[in-house]
Parts: sequence; structure tokens; C-alpha cells
Amino acid sequence: MIYLELFLTFFKIGLFTLGGGYAMLPLISEEVALHGWASAEELINFIAVSESTPGPFAVNIATFIGRTTAGIPGALCATLGVVLPSFIVILIVSKLYDKFRKSKIVQGAMSGVKPAVIGLIAAALISLGKQVMFPDGYFVSAATIVSILIFIVIVFLAFRKKNPILLIGISAVAGIFAGYAIGL
Amino acid sequence: MRSAPADLFLTFAKIGLFTFGGGYAMLPLIEKEAVDNKKWITGNELLDVVAIAESTPGPIAINAATFIGKKVGGFIGALCATTGVVLPSFIIIVAVSYFLEAFQHLKIIRYAFWGIRAGVLALILMALWSLFKKSRKDIFTYLLMAASGVAVLLFNVNAIIVISVCAVIGIAALKVGGKRE
Repeated sequence: MIYLELFLTFFKIGLFTLGGGYAMLPLISEEVALHGWASAEELINFIAVSESTPGPFAVNIATFIGRTTAGIPGALCATLGVVLPSFIVILIVSKLYDKFRKSKIVQGAMSGVKPAVIGLIAAALISLGKQVMFPDGYFVSAATIVSILIFIVIVFLAFRKKNPILLIGISAVAGIFAGYAIGL
Repeated sequence: MRSAPADLFLTFAKIGLFTFGGGYAMLPLIEKEAVDNKKWITGNELLDVVAIAESTPGPIAINAATFIGKKVGGFIGALCATTGVVLPSFIIIVAVSYFLEAFQHLKIIRYAFWGIRAGVLALILMALWSLFKKSRKDIFTYLLMAASGVAVLLFNVNAIIVISVCAVIGIAALKVGGKRE
């Protein structure tokens, strides 16, 4: 049943998203590909929408995938699933939070998890980047060259601490101009 | 005066509605509303919440809403604050997804998203870089980063397995090494 599948998958994603933000990207790209809920291109479109709308990234992307997969009930199941683990854990932890904060076990575990998350995000970025920028293997088309140019310009601007929404806007305009110019 | 659950719901709905990008972007607004205006928690408690949020699952915004809600209004309070912080983005995303479905066949929208995809990859790289800068600078950390990336990219190991194994390695390193903080 699709609703239960969405709920359980996003519960799992919520449970293992340690570190917040893009930490969920590797998990989500793995699960979405596994269930066939979105292609790499669609996933990146979802990320763009989640970045340009209010609210936590993880919740937005769960709502989006749930909605496109199984309508509004699907959106509810996916969102509930991704929120529930943190809700439950915080309810438990809030009682003994001094103990939790100072726990050597938690600190030790996080000293292993944090680097793992960085490695995983890097891997997800490489695999998504390959699928999106080089859709035809290593054949370099005009579209690939323009994609790479936009990527480089946005990296440059991002390092100058420009607002992400502005950067997404700039990429959209560049895409429109280049798209009409080279006639994709 | 509004009842505590209603107040929690509305305040966190406002926080959810006005923060883009989530995560740490949300903290200044939470500080203004929950610490300065409502005095639900102190500034130090908010720092504790952030520290806890970093080692518990889920988005920081959800963790903070649940924690503050629980403290102010028990379980019902936690429920109201968490629902409040999620609801605005839920409604907006549902609306946007229908809008995109209706217009995605247009050439101009397809071109825009084609450009956006390259931009988003750049934003992910940027986020990755700032995580990397904040991380510990020692050989143990670098080895785990490299091993995790290689495990997934070359050997298709499941991300959850990688995270779990690295958590165990972290605990083991603490027991063996002892002096790592």
C-alpha cells in the first residue's frame, strides 16, 4: 500500500537524518530511486522548490514527494513519517537532556556520524551531478557545457554568500536564455 | 490572553512561514519569538536545544518546536508547536506542486528548471563545503569521510548501514582512544 510505504520510508529517512539539512539528501536519493518515486532530475527540481519555499528542507521535500506520488493523503503520510522520529526522540530526551548532552556514548557516536554524513553527501552530489549534467554518458553536448558554466558561476556567487533563493532565480533566468539560444 | 497550546501553534506557524532554507536560518526568529517575546525558554536553553538537535534525528526546527512546546505545554504543547511549524510549508508545497504540474510542459518552465538544476548542484556543493569546514580536522575524521563516500559510490552500500557503522566506530574509538574529546 502506497500510503504505508510513504510513511515508513520517510520515517526511516527522518530517523537517520542526523545533522539536519542536506544530511537527508543521500538517504532520500537512495530511497526515491529504489521506489521509483522520482528521477534524479525531478529530485533536484524538488530540492530547488524546497529551498525557495519557507520551512525546513526535510519536511518540504517529504511533502513534495508524497504529494506527487499519492496526492494529498500521500503528502500527509510522508510528512508525518519524516517528522515523527524527531518528535518522539525529543519528547524522550527533553526529560533527561543534561544527561543526554553530556553522554560520552552520544558524543562518540556523533564523532563517527558527522564525517560519514559529509562523505555520503559528497557521494550523492557526485552521482546526482553525473546523472543531471552528463545524461548521455561522457558525450559533451552544448547543454552539458552550459550546465557546467551555470554551475561554476553559482558556486562562485555562493562563496560570496549570496542568498540561495536569488541564486536559484539567477540559474532559472540563465536556463531560460540558454535554452532558447541553443534550442534544447 | 490566548491559551498556551493556541499560542504555541500560532507562534510556531509564524516561525515556519517566515524562514526560508530551514535549519540554522530559523534560529534568530525562534530566539526573537520564544526567548525575547514569549520568554518560554532562556537563551542558554536555546543553545542547549541546538546542541541536542545536532545529535538527534530530524530537522533542527522540528526539534526546537517539540522541545519548547513540551516545556511550555506538555505533550499537547509539543504537538501544537510541531504542527504549527510544519503546517505553513505543508500547505505551500502542496499548492506549488499542483502549480508545477499544470505548467511543467511549458518550454519556459522546462528551461528554467534545467538552469536551476545546475544551480542547485552548486548550492549542495556549498552546503557540503560549510559542513566540511566545521568538521574536526584529524585523520580519523578524514578517513571516515572518504570511506563513507567510497562505500556508497563504488560498492553501493546502503546509507543507513554506513551511518550506523560509523556511529559504532565513533563509540569504539572513544573507548579505545579515551583521550578524544
